[in-house]
Amino acid sequence: MSVRGAFGELANRDQLWPFLMPARGARVDVSKQVLLYIEDLSVSFDGFKAINNLNLYINDGELRCLIGANGAGKTTLMDIITGKTHPDTGAVYFGQNIDLLGRSEAEIAELGIGRKFQKPTVFEAQTVYANLELSMRAEKGIMASLGSRLTGEKRDRIDQVLATIGLSDERALAAGALSHGQKQWLEIGMLLIADPRLLLVDEPVAGMTAQETERTAELLTSLAGERTVVVVEHDMEFVRSIARTVTVLHQGSVLAEGTMEQVQNDPKVIEVYLGDEH
Amino acid sequence: MSNLYGQFSALHQLREKAPVFVAVLFAITAWASACNLLLPEDSFFHVSTFTITLLGKYLCYALLAMAVDVVWGYCGILSLGHGAFFALGGYAMGMYLMRQIGDRGVYGNPLLPDFMVFLNWEALPWYWQGFDQFWFAMLMVLLVPGLLAFAFGWLAFRSRVAGVYLSIITQALTYALMLAFFRNEMGFGGNNGLTDFKDILGFDLQADGTRVALFVATALVLAAAYCASQLILGSKFGRVILAVRDAEARARFVGYRTETYKVWLFVYSAVLAGIAGALYVPQVGIINPGEFSPLNSIEIVVWVAVGGRGTLYGAVVGALLVNYAKTRFTGIMPEAWLFALGALFVAVTLFLPRGLTGLVMERLPRREKLKEVAA
Repeated sequence: MSVRGAFGELANRDQLWPFLMPARGARVDVSKQVLLYIEDLSVSFDGFKAINNLNLYINDGELRCLIGANGAGKTTLMDIITGKTHPDTGAVYFGQNIDLLGRSEAEIAELGIGRKFQKPTVFEAQTVYANLELSMRAEKGIMASLGSRLTGEKRDRIDQVLATIGLSDERALAAGALSHGQKQWLEIGMLLIADPRLLLVDEPVAGMTAQETERTAELLTSLAGERTVVVVEHDMEFVRSIARTVTVLHQGSVLAEGTMEQVQNDPKVIEVYLGDEH
Repeated sequence: MSNLYGQFSALHQLREKAPVFVAVLFAITAWASACNLLLPEDSFFHVSTFTITLLGKYLCYALLAMAVDVVWGYCGILSLGHGAFFALGGYAMGMYLMRQIGDRGVYGNPLLPDFMVFLNWEALPWYWQGFDQFWFAMLMVLLVPGLLAFAFGWLAFRSRVAGVYLSIITQALTYALMLAFFRNEMGFGGNNGLTDFKDILGFDLQADGTRVALFVATALVLAAAYCASQLILGSKFGRVILAVRDAEARARFVGYRTETYKVWLFVYSAVLAGIAGALYVPQVGIINPGEFSPLNSIEIVVWVAVGGRGTLYGAVVGALLVNYAKTRFTGIMPEAWLFALGALFVAVTLFLPRGLTGLVMERLPRREKLKEVAA
């Protein structure tokens, strides 16, 4: 382009310069029905290949379970998707248009990807109510926070989520005073209130009673459809109760994928899990 | 419900807690000032000018402790170098006071401070320009500590340096500044620092009235800083700060750029420390590189720990109590003071994790707690 052409483009008052364009607001393109693309992903820590040439596609609105032994790479995979760990090679796309690699945790959260940790992580010194208020989808900048007010709309939304996670009576308690199962729920509530497109849930029922597990299963299945949920879980009973599609990870790559029955009858899976007996 | 909503508004928190603090502070200030100015010197209730200056000094320390508490108690950033920001604010004020001396110095040079004449300097260094103006000096009191804190915080927090490592770096920062300011070539008076001040804004620094005015000004600034901090920490910003302290990774995955929050809180805290230093220097009459000594910064942390971190009044109470103890103790057994300070820190860490105010608050009837559970 000639200098004059370039200048003409800069001087054009009909459009924003590219660097002034808001980075957010880019909508996720799911026209191919796939929300998350993970291709040829590899990462190694000190020579240990935690993720090895992994390919995984998550459909929009799906409820997917990831299972695998310890060290299969499940948590590392979540770390990569949410921007905590950077892979050595490969691509991670949110929809067809948003490259997740190289973005910070906060940016990825703003795109609508929520994450629940293995160990329930809530803001213990603050009330259940404040935990939810902080997790709301809102401007997260400094000035916005300094001037933030709880509007009626926001309060209704918090009440709604409190009811969903069954903590309406505990709203004014410090989050640190909740039971283990309640903390797990609060964390799920903190994800829900942010209205995420994709929920990554790491071992949601660890340490829950049978009854709590059952309610969690109900909650997660009810979410699928309008949201996409990826659950990492060891509890096979729980996986069987919620899963439609199961992906088995082994040594950092996908070993098998399909319904629970298919996976359980897959000779490769049987060999890996029951290898010693053959 | 409305009750609960009320607890979330920063203004509500300000109404709830600040008036008591401000009222107590102002009452003591007014009483001490009146007893100094209005009563004859032989009266039993007369407060000496020495005491007024001592109280003013304590209030400066209280402001400094509050600055440390804001980052340590609320955000978990243990800064062992806040003395640096205090000293920088102090030096900015000291430079103004030096320029005010004019030709009344020992060498009678109208432009150059004595130490520069002594070093055979021909002209005023560029960074001393403008300090003859009070407004410029005050601007520097805010800007210099603020900019240093911004640069430091930006580098440290963006690289996710935290915990012990951060504390060690802050310590190194203040130590490096101390060594730099000890050098005569720096142009800040070397190890003698800046002293022999004559007047501030045209008022004689030795006069009782000026002393009382400085004391009152310190009290006003402390009250304003208390209210501002209460407002900031009571807003959603403050709740994000607490979230960063308790679960920074969670806060990041919720979508907060935690390093930005930490940088700005750190800057705010450094500016408070700088103001404290600027109020301190005209009252004690000297600023020298000793103020940068790492030991000073550690002492501030002890004040906050003793008073109770995580509450603004705790930091203030801690600073006042420990410094009063220091004044008394160093009068009786000066060499034992550091041992006493160390023992105090160990005792508080082991037995009073929430400090003295935490101890008192636990004993008080839990009206608020009950209200919370009932809501």
